[in-house]
Amino acid sequence: MEFFKKQTNIDFFGVRKIAAIISLILVLISLGSLLTKGLNWGLDFTGGTVIELHYPNAANLDQIRDILNKAGFENAVVQTYGGIEDVMIRVAPMAGENEQMVAKKILEGLQTAEPNVTLSRTEAVGAQVGKELTEQGGLAVLCALVLTALYIAFRFEYRFAVSAAVALAHDPIIILGVFSLFQLEFDLNTLAAMLGIIGYSLNDTIVVFDRVKENFIRVRKATPLEIMNLSINQTLSRTIMTSALTLMVVLALLFLGGKSIFGFSLALAIGVAVGTYSSIYIAGSCAVAMGLSKKDLMPTPKEV
Amino acid sequence: MVLNHYPLWKNILLILAIVCGIIYAAPNLYGDDPALQIQALRGGQINQELILHVEQALDQAKLPYQHVEQQTSGLLVRFAQGDAQLQGQAVLKQALGDDYVVALNLAPATPQWLRALGAHPMKLGLDLRGGVHFLMEVDIDSAINQRLESYLGELRTRLRQEQIRYQDISVSRQDEVVIRLSNKDGVEPAEKFLSENFPDLSFKTDPQSDTTLKGAFTVSELKNIHDYVMEQSMTTLRNRVNELGVAEAVVQRQGTNRVMVQLPGVQDTARAKDIIGKTATLEFLLVDDSVDPRLVMQGQVPFGSKMVTDRDGRSWLFKKRVILSGDNIVGANSGSDEYGRPDVQVRVGGNSGLFSQITRDNVGKQMGAIFIETHYDDVMIGGEKKRIKRTTEEAISIATIQSALGNRFQITGIGNVEEARNLALLLRAGALPASIDFIEERTVGPSLGMENIEMGVRSVIVGLVMVLVFMAVYYHLFGLFANISLIVNLILLVAVLSIIGATLTLPGIAGIVLTLGMAVDGNVLIDERIREELRNGSTPQASIHAGYERALVTIMDANITTFIAALVLFSIGTGPVKGFAVTLSVGLVTSVFTGVMVSRALVNYWYGGKTVKKLSIGM
Repeated sequence: MEFFKKQTNIDFFGVRKIAAIISLILVLISLGSLLTKGLNWGLDFTGGTVIELHYPNAANLDQIRDILNKAGFENAVVQTYGGIEDVMIRVAPMAGENEQMVAKKILEGLQTAEPNVTLSRTEAVGAQVGKELTEQGGLAVLCALVLTALYIAFRFEYRFAVSAAVALAHDPIIILGVFSLFQLEFDLNTLAAMLGIIGYSLNDTIVVFDRVKENFIRVRKATPLEIMNLSINQTLSRTIMTSALTLMVVLALLFLGGKSIFGFSLALAIGVAVGTYSSIYIAGSCAVAMGLSKKDLMPTPKEV
Repeated sequence: MVLNHYPLWKNILLILAIVCGIIYAAPNLYGDDPALQIQALRGGQINQELILHVEQALDQAKLPYQHVEQQTSGLLVRFAQGDAQLQGQAVLKQALGDDYVVALNLAPATPQWLRALGAHPMKLGLDLRGGVHFLMEVDIDSAINQRLESYLGELRTRLRQEQIRYQDISVSRQDEVVIRLSNKDGVEPAEKFLSENFPDLSFKTDPQSDTTLKGAFTVSELKNIHDYVMEQSMTTLRNRVNELGVAEAVVQRQGTNRVMVQLPGVQDTARAKDIIGKTATLEFLLVDDSVDPRLVMQGQVPFGSKMVTDRDGRSWLFKKRVILSGDNIVGANSGSDEYGRPDVQVRVGGNSGLFSQITRDNVGKQMGAIFIETHYDDVMIGGEKKRIKRTTEEAISIATIQSALGNRFQITGIGNVEEARNLALLLRAGALPASIDFIEERTVGPSLGMENIEMGVRSVIVGLVMVLVFMAVYYHLFGLFANISLIVNLILLVAVLSIIGATLTLPGIAGIVLTLGMAVDGNVLIDERIREELRNGSTPQASIHAGYERALVTIMDANITTFIAALVLFSIGTGPVKGFAVTLSVGLVTSVFTGVMVSRALVNYWYGGKTVKKLSIGM
């Protein structure tokens, strides 16, 4: 089975202006949404309420979830701890309600169904911890970008490095944008996913760049744009194959991985799609736009 | 040279690596047994007798258990089912009494022969296994204040001895000692004297009042106190965590004044918090013998004294004035005196002038060590969360003062060696030098943990199967080779993670998923390259050779860059981010190894050295 019987010759860069505009729009929407709506930070970053209840008999978790849903606490996580009579409910902080009120409301709601339920404890996750996490996460993303760009500059050429960094920055921005736009919960796991996507997208970009480098040396008469196009076409079936396979695994994670990992898998899924797109359209044209030419790559004749 | 041939040593090396991988990855297949961990507290002992006792109690209650093992830290009782484990806990708690801790736990069910080879399963993070995570902040400010208070008595004594007259000495809210002198003339000599004799404090005159001196800790002393308080808090927390009987507990310093405690597998959060959160201090007080004991029994406690009971339930009357506080004790060891009787040797740090003077004045009288524990309970009062402080006091030792006590003294007359050891332990580590606040608490119940791991594993398997099918359909035989190396990659990855003792978390599983994607990418790159070579008219053998060689450069470049990113994540990130980074970086290394070497070995074995007309690569 082959996707393409012959070498494809799609003119990717004929549409590079359109691609650039699409990317620009996406990035602007993302940034706009981040600035206006912000992110829906998860319990990890914001803190939240933990409620522990004690039931005289075994607690009916489904019933509790039902009551909580009706009371407007759809995000509440309900689980048992210790024994089957003890139930813990976790609620993210809600606008306009303080945590004691949330606890009280939940208790009242549950007591109408089971009068003998008692509140063992309420607890909050400290917010200052979250602030530090956010800073550290941001720092990690930035450091990863800078250091990998340095390696690419050393291994290829600085224009590649800058374009790779641009393509890379492009991906997390769009992921964040989607999470902001749809107000999906952004927790530590999502952050980890975003960092993973940086790795994945980088992988994709490097594969194209490697081919560009090879072709600049091998193909004598061609403009940088033609070479870029040729390289992307040559690596196209690999790009599609790999993206499809990774997406398969990620989608399995998304649909089967359960609620705890949903945000994480979604970030990965968006990232794989956007990452593939950015390596094809953004990284290459960026390098060409910056005036990459044949002679920039010639001084490294070490070719296999 | 024959194209596409691997020398024997390379093949042997590969097989060896794979066999090792299988052995060290294997323990992860066995899962966990629900278990009870039994640990001895003061007085309790772990021995054969206890094992029999445990077995009897369980047999009597007709609870099915697998077996009881003795471990370095205590006993481990394995059960087949979680229900029996829960019931067993209740049964054993009753049977063993207060001298033992019976904690719920999960024990890896790794077979003996694998354990003998040092193969252990990956640890599961709290999100997969269930457990408790606490982040605590140590209140260093209050410790500094307390430390200042401890100087007051000595300052008074020394100033009096020097005949420098003062009106009042107190500790201000700004962590300063405020000395109000009787007249202006005393200021200069007082400042000189104090600076010479109290090098830990720096004194200066108060700009608002020319008869007042203010003393604060020097910068270096503040740092010393900070370090000491943190160290002492960590030690104490570790001891308390041990008391909980949790295997694989983590106590880690975070930042300047925080401590993280993770108790995987602990299901009883409330108890864990209670034990960890208690603040204990130690005070040496004089026994008040001025009152008739019968009056005391009737509840007539004179002003300035208090009643404390000892462990046997006897009441003692103590004078409230603290003659030595717990944080002055720098060491306490159990040993024996010249007659071979057990004793505890105590070392007091800093200036013991006051202690020495009081004991000199009270030779022949009794002195007691009081262990004070503070619990904080959160309760709801009228819809408002309030913190209620509850203290319990216990006299852990009553002894007669034989002579004036200095920086070193012995407590004798202790029943047995075991008791001496426990007393030393209490004296040394019982006191937290500062109070500790819980600023974060996370609990993952076992049900959620189970759900997470089940769904995580299922999705990895489904994803993997889809990839395997797709690869085989698309690249035929080469796809199969890629699949085999992908599976080997998964095995090696799990093996390496198990060997380095990594903790598997949900993001870690995702790291594995992502690595699978990238690992298969290596083979996709190679196979696409081979196809390209074939299209360009190369012979099958030359195509294989060129395909691998050329793809290798790309694979290396791509993986090294990602590896750099993973390293950055590892060094900067914390918690889940770190776990993710570890799986990702290990996965990158194993995937290059398997993607290039293992699949090549298979291809070489199949095609190498033969005349091949057509490659089964799906075109």
